[in-house]
Amino acid sequence: MIRHTVGRLAATVLIAVALAFFTLPMLWLASAPFDAGPAITTSVPEFTLRNFAAILDNPYALGSIRNSLIQGGGAAALVVVLAALAAYALSRVRVPGRDVLLYLLLLLSSVVTGTAAMVPIFELATRLDLIDTHLGVILVVSGGLLPAAIFILKDFMDETPTSYEESARVFGASPLQILRHIVVPLVRPGLATIAVWALASVWGGFLFQFILLRDPDKAPGSVILYTLYTEGGAPRLDLISTFSLLYSLPVVAMYLFVSHRYGFRFHGGIKR
Amino acid sequence: MAPTTSPPGDAAGLGKARAAAFVLPALVLIGVFLVFPALWTIYLGLTDYRLTGLAAADPQVVGLDNYTDALTDPRFLTSLWLTVAYVGGSAVIGQAGLGFTLAWILRGRTGPVRRAVEGVVLLSWILPSTVVGFLWFALLDRDDGTLNALLHTPGLAWLLDHPLLSIIVFNVWRGTAFSMMLYSAALENVPPSHLETARLAGAGVPQQLRDVVLPLIRRHVLTNLLLISLWTFNDFTPFVLTGGGPEGRSEILPVYVYNIALKGGELGAGAAVSFLILLINLIFALAYLRLLRGRRKSLTGPPA
Repeated sequence: MIRHTVGRLAATVLIAVALAFFTLPMLWLASAPFDAGPAITTSVPEFTLRNFAAILDNPYALGSIRNSLIQGGGAAALVVVLAALAAYALSRVRVPGRDVLLYLLLLLSSVVTGTAAMVPIFELATRLDLIDTHLGVILVVSGGLLPAAIFILKDFMDETPTSYEESARVFGASPLQILRHIVVPLVRPGLATIAVWALASVWGGFLFQFILLRDPDKAPGSVILYTLYTEGGAPRLDLISTFSLLYSLPVVAMYLFVSHRYGFRFHGGIKR
Repeated sequence: MAPTTSPPGDAAGLGKARAAAFVLPALVLIGVFLVFPALWTIYLGLTDYRLTGLAAADPQVVGLDNYTDALTDPRFLTSLWLTVAYVGGSAVIGQAGLGFTLAWILRGRTGPVRRAVEGVVLLSWILPSTVVGFLWFALLDRDDGTLNALLHTPGLAWLLDHPLLSIIVFNVWRGTAFSMMLYSAALENVPPSHLETARLAGAGVPQQLRDVVLPLIRRHVLTNLLLISLWTFNDFTPFVLTGGGPEGRSEILPVYVYNIALKGGELGAGAAVSFLILLINLIFALAYLRLLRGRRKSLTGPPA
């Protein structure tokens, strides 16, 4: 009994500490945008909404959020569709060397998406005429996200029972129909999770967007955020904090929507 | 292929040809935008390609010079060591440890406490990286940082005095969500009756974890450790906090590559180090595959 009480108490303390640890850095995002004279310190703001008016006056701010939506949404859609098709086929049909191939791609993706491949990626995009296009960003980031997406989705697909598919086949459904009407509903939490994950990665991504887009009219919010400095090079904290908040809202809203609607998890499906 | 002739285990009647058609679009995209640049990087690693100057116009193949240079460079070895500490501290101990602890404590709980913890942990992971960089600047700033104000330690320059610790804590904050979610899902597979039996037999929590939980979720643990190690090993985000400084004390390998390739202009040497990073990652993955396979064999038992 004593052990149980001590355990309960330790758990409660741990929860409190974890809550504080994860909340603390975010406080600034909640206070600074509404502060008339924002500093680095988190403080109770001298309340104002003037910062929001100022950021709306910035010629690129709103457009950059639209660009982020195009690039992030495009990449998320592409990754979910292609990864679902590939994961399904890899999960259901035995291909020799399948696991090794998946691991190799996963390895490559974790390395290549870094700074290492910047020069080749830039040269490739130049030759394919993809510089300064949304499509260029979408294709490049999707290539990097796909291996992990296939890897995670295949786990979901492996755990769904195949008996439904067998009966659907008896009634003459085509593989694509089976995938759409039977498998997709079963793994919807997985697909939703991958979509959120892909969009969130592109939303905060900086490096590729920075080197592939020269035209500020095409730049996403993550790049525009780094232009909010004074001419002397000091950060404009009022604009940066306000824009950070505005820029965070869409991904947070999307996460809330998806987790409410489909659940948000990385593993599972129905047990075999 | 007619459905009736499909081999066993092919429930949807895909057949090899259609399966290939399903995989192909993803493979093409990965091939063009991932594998091809990777091969190009490997080739660059064998040349003296530079950002500017004579070698920029006409790079020469120098063979393994870049590799011998890197392996004898004390700065590379320091960086490798820092990376190991960074991955071990922030991913293996920090993210996986904290993620599992949270999943374990929250298991079976419902209601506002669980939602609040999951909410803030996931929020720290969903927020855009560029925004997160500014948040941590505001937290750790020397003169006006929130942390110094809270701890009453004005003027303590966290990023200068404890750069490695700072980026480790930062990465734990940033990445714990993935481990927590994966372990939460895994713990749902552990039947409560098994834990109850163990508890009645007098097993403490550590024994329950070792004897009941770990064998059941081993696959998840391994998958999680592989993914977070790979991601952390190649993580460039600490650059926004410390830029690798001061004096290279937080210069983990991805930052080292950036510093020599783009700041120093030695693209060939940078590409060579990238390839070394790839090799180290490969060793991780092979070790993981090995552990996973050992598990499968022990499950099926010796061949009859």
